[in-house]
Amino acid sequence: MKFKQSSVLPGFNLALGYSLLYLSLIVLLPLTALFAKTMGLDWATFWAIVTEPRVVATYKVTFGASLIAALINLFVGMLIAWVLVRYPFPGKRFIDALVDLPFALPTAVAGIALATLYAPNGLMGEPLDKLGIKVAFTPLGIVLALTFITLPFVVRTVQPVLEDMERELEEAASSLGATRWQIFSKVILPTIFPALLTGFTLAFARAIGEFGSVIFIAGNMPFKSEITPLMIISKLEQYDYMGATAIAVVMLLVSFGLLLLINGLQWWMAKRLGRRK
Amino acid sequence: MSTAINNLNNKVVTTESAWVRYLLTGLALLLIAILLIVPLLSVFYEALHQGWGLYKDALIESDALSAIQLTLIVAAISLPLNLVFGVAAAWAIAKFDFKGKSILVTLIDLPFAVSPVVAGLIYVLLFGAHGWWGAWLMDNDIKIIFAVPGIVLATVFVTFPFVARELIPLMEAQGSDEEQAALVLGASGWQTFWHVTLPNIKWGLLYGVILANARAMGEFGAVSVISGHIRGMTNTIPLHVEILYNEYNFVAAFACASILALLALLTLALKSYVEWRTEQQAIEDRKHAIEAV
Amino acid sequence: MSIEIRNIVKTFGEFKALNDLSLNVESGELVALLGPSGCGKTSLLRVIAGLETPDSGQILFHGEDTTDRHVRERQVGFVFQHYALFRHMTVFENVAFGLRVRPKSTRPSDAEIKRKVHDLLQLVQLDWLADRYPAQLSGGQRQRIALARALAVEPKVLLLDEPFGALDTKVRKELRRWLRRLHDEIHVTSVFVTHDQEEALEVADRVVVMNKGQIEQIGSPSEVYDTPASPFVYQFLGDVNLFQSRVHEGWAQVGSAKFAATETSEHATVYVRPHEIDLSRIATPGAISGTITHIRLLGATVRLEVEVPDHDVVEVELTRERQQEGAWQVAETVYLIPREAKVYATV
Repeated sequence: MKFKQSSVLPGFNLALGYSLLYLSLIVLLPLTALFAKTMGLDWATFWAIVTEPRVVATYKVTFGASLIAALINLFVGMLIAWVLVRYPFPGKRFIDALVDLPFALPTAVAGIALATLYAPNGLMGEPLDKLGIKVAFTPLGIVLALTFITLPFVVRTVQPVLEDMERELEEAASSLGATRWQIFSKVILPTIFPALLTGFTLAFARAIGEFGSVIFIAGNMPFKSEITPLMIISKLEQYDYMGATAIAVVMLLVSFGLLLLINGLQWWMAKRLGRRK
Repeated sequence: MSTAINNLNNKVVTTESAWVRYLLTGLALLLIAILLIVPLLSVFYEALHQGWGLYKDALIESDALSAIQLTLIVAAISLPLNLVFGVAAAWAIAKFDFKGKSILVTLIDLPFAVSPVVAGLIYVLLFGAHGWWGAWLMDNDIKIIFAVPGIVLATVFVTFPFVARELIPLMEAQGSDEEQAALVLGASGWQTFWHVTLPNIKWGLLYGVILANARAMGEFGAVSVISGHIRGMTNTIPLHVEILYNEYNFVAAFACASILALLALLTLALKSYVEWRTEQQAIEDRKHAIEAV
Repeated sequence: MSIEIRNIVKTFGEFKALNDLSLNVESGELVALLGPSGCGKTSLLRVIAGLETPDSGQILFHGEDTTDRHVRERQVGFVFQHYALFRHMTVFENVAFGLRVRPKSTRPSDAEIKRKVHDLLQLVQLDWLADRYPAQLSGGQRQRIALARALAVEPKVLLLDEPFGALDTKVRKELRRWLRRLHDEIHVTSVFVTHDQEEALEVADRVVVMNKGQIEQIGSPSEVYDTPASPFVYQFLGDVNLFQSRVHEGWAQVGSAKFAATETSEHATVYVRPHEIDLSRIATPGAISGTITHIRLLGATVRLEVEVPDHDVVEVELTRERQQEGAWQVAETVYLIPREAKVYATV
C-alpha cells in the first residue's frame, strides 16, 4: 500500500513534513494540553463546574444571542446578497467591499464603537431609550454586537451561488407559467438553500466564540448578560485554571461539532451544485 | 421590433417590478448604513470631535507608541511564519495525492473554529506558571506568558489558516501542468517554484496575507488572555484601546481605535484591488481567447 | 537517439495502465501511439518522459538505462496536451525558459539565448508573436509555441501528447502536415499520442496501435491499415461491417457468400470495410443479397445502407461517380460483393 502517488514534482516530503510539524506545534499540541488538563478532574467535579448555575446562565446568553444574531443575518445577509447580485445602484462596488468590514475591523474597535453609539446617551441609544428600548448593557446589546460581527458570512456564501445561477432556470419556470414569487420560492430558494444554511452555521459558530466586540456593550452582569468566553477569563483571573479549562473544553467540543457540521454542509453544497471547473 | 419585445419580456421574467426593486435596494442600503457605516464613522467622530490636538496627543503618548510598535512587531513575526506554512501546506495538498488529505485540510481550518479566548488559554496551560512547562521555563528565566513570545504565539494561532486556505483551492485549480513543463525543460525544484508556481499564485498569496495581517493587528480575545496587560510592555493597540476605554479616556481610546479602523479600510481597499485585478485578468484572458480563435 | 522500452508495467490503484509493454523506437523515427482513451498511450508517453515512474521495466535511451533518471536530466522535449505554457511569461520568455534555468556554467549568454529563441520562433513561423502572452494566442499558435519551447533545449527525443487534440478540424489538418515537414527537416526521434487514426496514418512513419495497456500491432501506416493483426485493429482503423457466421469445413458462410476461415472454430466474424464492397443488380455466386434502405451523400462519397436478412444493416461506401453510374435507388434489391474481407474466429 502506497502512502503517496508517485509524482515527478519535488518537495512533497519537505512540504508535508514541515506542514505537519508546524500544525502539531502551533495547534494540536496546545489543544491536547487543554484536554490533558481536564483529565486531572474527575467526572463529578468536571460536571459540577460546567453545570454551575452561573455558568449555565452564560451558555443560555451565548447560545441564545448567537442563534438570534445568526437568524437575523440569515435574512439581512440574504437581502444584501440579493440586492448586490441582482440590482444595479450607484456605489455598488464600494458597498460590496464594505460588507467585509466586520472581518477587517478589530473586534475591540467594533465593541467600543457600538457601546458608545447605543449607550443611553449615545447617537442611537438616546432615541431608542426614549422609546423604552435599552440596548447597551443588556442581552440586546450582545445580539447587536454579534449581528455586526457575523454580518458577512451569509452574504459571502450566498452571493457566489446567486451569481452562478443560470437565468435560463427562471426563464424556463416563467415560460411554464410560474409567477415571480413562485419562481423565487420554488426555484431560487431551493438553489441557494445549502448556501444559506452554511452561512448561518458559520455565523453561529463565530458568534459563540466571540469576545472582543461583546464585552464592551454587554454590561457583563452575572446571570443576565455574561457570555461564556468571559466566564473563562474571569476564572483565569481568579487563578481557577481548572474551572477555566473545564469550560473551555465544553466550548471546544461545541466548536468541533460545528466544524464537522460545516464541513458536511459544504460537502453537501458542492454535491448539490455539481462540481464546477 | 420583435427583439425589443423579447428584451422587454426577458426583463419582466427575471426581475421584479420597479417598486419592489427600489424597496429592497433601499432596505439593504439602510441596514448597511445602520449596521456598518454608522459605527465606522462614529469611531472617527469620537476620536476627533474634541479637536486635532487631543487626537494627536493621544497617539504620540509613549504607551500608545509602544503599543503601535508591539503590534507591528507581532505582525512582522507571525505573518512570515504563517506564509511559509501556507505555501508548504498548499504545495503538499494541491499538487500531490496522499492518504488523510481531507483530515489535514480540516485540521488547518481548526483555529477558525476555536474561540479566541480558548486560543489564548491553551498557551497559558502550556507555558503559564502552573502549566506543563511553566516550572521549567521559570527555572531557566524564559518568559512566554505575559510577554511578547506569548502574544506572537496566540497571534500565529488565530491567523494560522488564512494563507493556506486561500492557496489550496487556487493551486488545485491551476493543476501542475506548468510545473511539469518546467521540469521537463530542465528546471530544478526551486527554479520551478520561483519562476512558475510563485508568479501564478502571487495574488492569492497577497490576498491571504492581507486578511491575516488585519486579523493579526486587530486580535483582541486571544492576546488579551495571554498578554497580562502591562502598559508600555505587553499591550498591543487593541489592548491599549480597552484600557483607555475602561479608564473613561474616550478620546484617547477612539484615537487609537481610529488607527485600527484606518487599517481596516486599507485592508478592504487592498482586498478589493486584488479581487478586481484577478477579475480583470480573467476577463482579459477570455476576451483574448475569443479574439484569437 | 533510439528508445527501447522493456516490459513496462504501470498501475494506478487497481487500474493496469501498462501491462508488460515493450517497444523499440528507431533513431530519427516519427512514431504514433494510437488507441482509444484509457488504452495507456498517454501513460506510456509520460513514462518515456520520466513524468511517471513505472512499477517495473526499463527505459533505455540509445542503449543507456534511463529508468531512474529524473525528468529534468532526460533531455526530452514534451509538448503537453493543453500546452502548459507559462501564462505569466511572454512567448519569448516561454521559449527561453529551458535555456535560462540551466546552471551558470552551461547557460548560454543573453545574446545567444535571444538568437536561438528567434531562430526557433522563425522555425515555427511565429517570430512576430514574441512579445505576446499565451492568453493572446490562438490554439494553433499556442501549439506551435509549445513545440518551439520543447525544441529550445535541443532534446534528443520529442514527445507530444495529443498534439492536435484541442484544435478545430481545419487548423488540425494544417498543423499535421506542418509537423510532418518539420520532422523531415530536423529529424529528431519523435513519439506522439493520438486517438485519431487518420492523424496517425497521415503523419507517422510507424504506427503503434494500443489497447488495454498492451500493443496490438506495430507497423507502417499501410501495414496496419491493410493487414490488421487483430479484430481490434481492424475496427479501430476505420469503419467496418461485421458478419457473424458459422464455420463449415473451413469456410465462414454469410448468406451465399463464403470466406476462407484460417482458424478452426465453430463461429467466426467476417470483417469488411464499407468501401471494399461492390454492388451489383445481378445475383452472382458469393454475393450477399439485401435491400437498400437509405442513401446518404457525404461530400465526395455516398453511403448506402443495405438491409441483409439475418444480419444487421450493412454500410457500403461508393464514390459519387460510381453512385451516378449505378443510379442506385432506395428499396432496390442489390447484391453485395466484398472485394476484401478478413475472418476472425469468434471466441
